[in-house]
Amino acid sequence: MLSLRRKDIVCQQAVELVTDYLEGTLSRHDRRRFEAHLRACPNCTAYLEQIKMTIDLTGEVEPDDLSPEARADLTKLYRRWRSG
Amino acid sequence: MLVGRYQQPMLRLARSMVPNQEVAEEAVQDTWMGVVRGIEQFEGRSSFKTWLFRILTNRTRTAGSREHHHAALESLHAVDPARFDAQGQWTDPLDRWAEETDDRLEAAIWAPILKSALDDLPPRQRQVVILRDVEGLSNDEVCNVLGVSSGNQRILLHRGRSRLREILEAELEKG
Repeated sequence: MLSLRRKDIVCQQAVELVTDYLEGTLSRHDRRRFEAHLRACPNCTAYLEQIKMTIDLTGEVEPDDLSPEARADLTKLYRRWRSG
Repeated sequence: MLVGRYQQPMLRLARSMVPNQEVAEEAVQDTWMGVVRGIEQFEGRSSFKTWLFRILTNRTRTAGSREHHHAALESLHAVDPARFDAQGQWTDPLDRWAEETDDRLEAAIWAPILKSALDDLPPRQRQVVILRDVEGLSNDEVCNVLGVSSGNQRILLHRGRSRLREILEAELEKG
């Protein structure tokens, strides 16, 4: 059983930090707290793994496989960006 | 000519009314379309600029409330709060996906599911996730393309990826 000190983060908070953690934008203090939580929590460790796998699988989707709507949207974005 | 003269001031005005560049650009675009198609008739009761800007503020307000409505429908949680107990800890253990057989996480099987999941994401989240994770653009590049701040981009990315994970999890549970 995890003893909850005031400075510890709980699972529900940890899942909200995952993207900032992966993007490297957590403060050093928060990163330490997040990593300490992961070491103590197999569920959040599994969660982080699932998110990483989600990213990997999304990366396997070919741009050509996207729906026509999503592709058209993407083309529009790029076009606007180049002309902007 | 006309467009060239008013485009930037119109964009600035629209941008001051809504939280992001894209909505502002759409409102400006909409305004011109209305003018060009003659939906809006200039009757000379005010200056052209006043008339034009009045149309713009109306269009921007409509576009802004649509966007706001959409934002309100988006989940603010990465994970359904029902999955946690009162102390904020997971109620049920999570599966280790890495332990699934290779077959079940075969990319080809998941591509169609992810494709439809991407289509179901709110537009801004979909754009960020596609640009980052499908197209492989960097954080900075995505901010440039979408005209969003880095913090905003991370929030959209976070919600989008969280939602995709949720969908994959539900599919895996179906077995």
